[in-house]
Amino acid sequence: MVVLLFLYNAMPASFPQYVNKAINGPLHDSPGEKLRKEALQARHPVVFVPGIVTGGLELWEGQHCAEGLFRKRLWGGTFGEVYKRPLCWIEHMSLDNETGLDPCGIRVRPVTGLVAADYFAPGYFVWAVLIANLARIGYEEKTMYMAAYDWRLSFQNTEVRDQTLSQIKSNIELMVATNGGKKAVVIPHSMGVLYFLHFIKWVEAPAPMGGGGGPDWCARHIKAVMNIGGPFLGVPKAIAALFSAEAKDVAVARAIAPGFLDNDIFHIQTLQHVMKMTRTWDSTMSMIPRGGNTIWGGLNWSPEDGHVCRRKREKSNDTHIVSGTGPGSAVSQTKSANYGRIISFGKEVAEAPSSEIERIDFRGAVKGHSVANSTCRDLWTEYHDMGPGGIKAVAEYKIYTAESVLDLLHFVAPKMMARGTSHFSYGIADNLDDPKYQHYKYWSNPLETKLPNAPEMEIFSLYGVGKPTERAYIYKLSPAAECYIPFQIDTSADDEDSCLRDGVYSVDGDETVPVLSSGFMCAKGWRGKTRFNPSGIQTYIREYNHSPPANLLEGRGSQSGAHVDIMGNFALIEDVIRVAAGASGEDLGGDQVYSDIFKWSEKIDLQL
Amino acid sequence: MSLFRRRKGAAPSKTPTKDSHTEDEDEKKGKSKGKQNGDDKSAINKKSGSRRCACLDGCFWFVGFICCIWWFLLFLINAIPASIPQYVTEAITGPLPDAPGVKLRKEGLMAKHPVVFVPGIVTGGLELWEGRQCADGLFRKRFWGGSFGELYKRPLCWVEHISLDNETGLDPPGIRVRPVSGLVAADYFAPGYFVWAVLIANLAHIGYEEKTMYMAAYDWRLSFQNTEVRDQTLSRIKSNIELMVATNGGRKVVVIPHSMGVLYFLHFMKWVEAPAPMGGGGGSDWCAKHIKAVMNIGGPFLGVPKVVSGLFSVEARDIAVARAFAPAVLDKDVFGFQTLQHMMWMTRTWDSTMSMIPKGGETIWGGVDWSPEGGFKCNGKKLKSNNTYHQSANGSFVNMENVNYGRIISFGKDVAELHSSQVERVDFRDAVKGNAVANTSRCDVWTEYHELGTEGIRAVADYKMYTAGSILDLLHFVAPKLMARGGAHFSHGIADNLDDPKYEHYKYWSNPLETKLPNAPDMEIYSMYGVGMPTERAYVYKLTPAAECYIPFQIDTSAEGASEHSCLKGGVFSTDGDETVPVLSAGFMCAKAWRGKTRFNPSGIHTYIREYPHAPPANLLEGRGTQSGAHVDIMGNFALIEDIIRVAAGATGEDLGGDRVYSNIFTWSEKINLQL
Repeated sequence: MVVLLFLYNAMPASFPQYVNKAINGPLHDSPGEKLRKEALQARHPVVFVPGIVTGGLELWEGQHCAEGLFRKRLWGGTFGEVYKRPLCWIEHMSLDNETGLDPCGIRVRPVTGLVAADYFAPGYFVWAVLIANLARIGYEEKTMYMAAYDWRLSFQNTEVRDQTLSQIKSNIELMVATNGGKKAVVIPHSMGVLYFLHFIKWVEAPAPMGGGGGPDWCARHIKAVMNIGGPFLGVPKAIAALFSAEAKDVAVARAIAPGFLDNDIFHIQTLQHVMKMTRTWDSTMSMIPRGGNTIWGGLNWSPEDGHVCRRKREKSNDTHIVSGTGPGSAVSQTKSANYGRIISFGKEVAEAPSSEIERIDFRGAVKGHSVANSTCRDLWTEYHDMGPGGIKAVAEYKIYTAESVLDLLHFVAPKMMARGTSHFSYGIADNLDDPKYQHYKYWSNPLETKLPNAPEMEIFSLYGVGKPTERAYIYKLSPAAECYIPFQIDTSADDEDSCLRDGVYSVDGDETVPVLSSGFMCAKGWRGKTRFNPSGIQTYIREYNHSPPANLLEGRGSQSGAHVDIMGNFALIEDVIRVAAGASGEDLGGDQVYSDIFKWSEKIDLQL
Repeated sequence: MSLFRRRKGAAPSKTPTKDSHTEDEDEKKGKSKGKQNGDDKSAINKKSGSRRCACLDGCFWFVGFICCIWWFLLFLINAIPASIPQYVTEAITGPLPDAPGVKLRKEGLMAKHPVVFVPGIVTGGLELWEGRQCADGLFRKRFWGGSFGELYKRPLCWVEHISLDNETGLDPPGIRVRPVSGLVAADYFAPGYFVWAVLIANLAHIGYEEKTMYMAAYDWRLSFQNTEVRDQTLSRIKSNIELMVATNGGRKVVVIPHSMGVLYFLHFMKWVEAPAPMGGGGGSDWCAKHIKAVMNIGGPFLGVPKVVSGLFSVEARDIAVARAFAPAVLDKDVFGFQTLQHMMWMTRTWDSTMSMIPKGGETIWGGVDWSPEGGFKCNGKKLKSNNTYHQSANGSFVNMENVNYGRIISFGKDVAELHSSQVERVDFRDAVKGNAVANTSRCDVWTEYHELGTEGIRAVADYKMYTAGSILDLLHFVAPKLMARGGAHFSHGIADNLDDPKYEHYKYWSNPLETKLPNAPDMEIYSMYGVGMPTERAYVYKLTPAAECYIPFQIDTSAEGASEHSCLKGGVFSTDGDETVPVLSAGFMCAKAWRGKTRFNPSGIHTYIREYPHAPPANLLEGRGTQSGAHVDIMGNFALIEDIIRVAAGATGEDLGGDRVYSNIFTWSEKINLQL
């Protein structure tokens, strides 16, 4: 016991790196080493924008129960405190339910510097591999900047509370100035992509709402934006997370400590606790699917129609995946998943043609009284306000598309969505010149903003493909229990042919973000001169095929396409380094596509 | 621990006795395999009563025990950097009375002005970005600060990486060691050894966080201007201060430099207002617009004598802190027996050390027969209790032992004490440097002393005593290359005419006697330092018995004062100060040269002196004490922290109560004849 405790304490200090080195050591030349031999040199300063959950958070002021944790990591690192004082931890990680800012007497702040997100947990690298490779060709801290922000806040609130956007602006300006005017290469990852979209609009908007950088700030300071696994149009997973707290990714804590959180530490209310916590995080709402039925498909169609799932993942790493390119797509349409139905209640509903489904609108439904006289008072979830009437109404509407999902969320979590909609928007702009689009809530939605006037800038979308990615869900009502979340994914729903597994329809992607979301903007929405891209910024799509590590020694693999593991993908790192050293998208070879993204984009009928 | 020990003790006694077998049963659960084997054997062999097996059993246990202990210790060592230090500090600082931050929070003080920390020499962390083969796997690991693990594991490799290029004072080819950035750069120097951590924690109590606190970390090995050339550190600091002022509603920053950081920030203030490209181009009112106060902690404004001995013979503990950390290793035979030379070779590549050579020459530090501190009476013993303040200043001094502080280096104790007319000196400046003492083949460490030759060494010793003025010549003589680099970056004189255009060169910027303060009448300058600790001021040297690769000079540690109250101890004359910086250096500028409108302070910036008398911790639990006046430990001094917090929350020097003086600084300053 004592020894285990010690083992545990010793972890953060020494093990992770040694382990990692031991793992990465015996590999062949790393990309940095290889490119150094090609005489590439550090040229453009680089800016990293980490995504959700991967950045560390530390405590600056806490309640009594968090004594002695001053400037210790609450998020990231070993998550030791989750084990030692789970309720205290949840209390400190949550934000205020009304304002979306700090609760009284608690200040949790992002860790700054490269350490903020180089390793998420001991041995679990995020940016560390990329940093190490960039260092090989001469990068160091004066030319690398981690734009760490508090990923729990809505984007504009990071500026309101921490002035993070101002800090990023100032640092980019500094780096450009001290590097002889060489423009920065920005590398956002995951939600950081949306954050940086927001930044781009913010920085050129006039003060006080914006940063007052003037309309040519981006043109003067940014060479390229290399988005890694960007959920430009949102991720369906975010819905499951908000609706029933069941996505592993957003509630990563569950994944880190599955044995623990799923069991009875919080009695039977684990999920509710996690839900309560994640629902106070405004940022999760930035990833709700955008663009409604136009992008994500309606009741009876979806851009990905006809996608053939591969049940088994490729084992070898010698061949590229061919799922989209060949005759494979001309498959008998016997059973095509209705991806447009993001939430269906029951498997048969998900598969039936829409005409056969009887739906009752839930929007007018009266919310009943609280299910129970909230004896589960210590744990507030908005579901209690809904009552059995409301719950039934939700279930009877049966099918929700990307558009009605929004209404659904408004219905089941009105307070959260009220906060959310004042910071984010999910629509498609009819007229981008409408002055209302100057409000910051539109800035992170690529369908409601124009790209800056920077014709020399380049935008890359780099993402993994070849992994099954959550796209639509089959839900069921939970057996009534007092303090339970009333809906849950029907894990019994399974279908060999139609990509349905454990109640989840999957599609091609990087395990978190579907190809459609990460690729569409660069493949179509921004390609050439469009109304979203008036200055004709060049866009490139670089896909990286997933192949699992050849053996255990490889760790998380150097050819992975998974959402976070792709940060260690050698091909991706090589691309990033080349661009940082001065190459353009054409030098890299333009697009590199393995998926059906262009075909699927064609099917989307969006006015450009 | 005790678990293992108990088992080990129990095992051998168990086997011979019979009833012990039963109590084994319930103990069996968590036992190792070896233990079970032992049990089985003992059960089988019980009848035969073989002693051999008992012995074997014990043997097994012993080996297991040793392995466990070894393994356990290994873990302890690994665990230290992560968890122990903070717990220990917290355990130590926990039971104290209200920390200043908590106290002032109750008074309703709130974070107001952003604060900037400027760490001093050696306290900032350095990490590896590119290294030689021998440093494989240390990418982005701390080379300096932290646990100094690498120093033990691969000392020569470590010295190689931490040294700079001997010619340029920049990176050697293929090696990039860079300062750690962020608050972690200098919050703890080594595990459990706080530097800024206590201050940061107290500021956080009244609402400070990272957006309002900035650690201006820089590579403290480089000369100040080179930090800009290589890392653009000065630009970075400028940009960050501007950002903090802008995002905090235009409230100006409070800058808190410590130790050498004080000089670095002097350099910064000149740099930022100087026109580009040499300067930062901030314009002549940058400081007025951005800085509310500069609160110098333990600032060696006029240099420290310790550096002289550090450069001359590497004997100051402070500069070569590594020695203090790893005395057993470094002083013994890890590098053959050339430890000191290695150290010297390393520290001599660090240009920054030369910023602390005493400035102002004999005008400030005293000549052959006088010194401002003349007549200072040393307290042989340090004050024990913390109830009274240091009183050395108040009594009428007895001139029983007239210390010639002006003679910073004397060869032999008799020379140090004689009147100058009785000392026969031979000028060394023209002495011909002889051939190398030995054909250098056997000294793998290069030090410039080898070029000095026997003649040169004798000439140095024959000059017998050196004042602050001639010390410079001495250093130029014994280490020409070092001083050539240093002379390009630092200057140690006094300006006759501050308007001379030559003073626009950056080498003068860190010398307060050769620069004007910025035109910022609303700014305030504080000098805060500890007093009441004996501080090195002058040295008695001797020639080292000739040995091939040795440094030819060393402090004559046998030189002791006549009485217990003498200022001479172990070859070192000491005076009042914070153990590193003498009061004179820390206080003079604020006490006299900058006081009121002077030629060094044309806009009449207000200056304040805040002294903190040293009182050792009352008990072990207090750790490094909350009333310490020592150079680094003062960062945990509650009174000092309270002053800083008040100023950061908006108070002025007058609100604090103006000057707070316990030493003789004003009397001594009077004696210095400097044109103002």
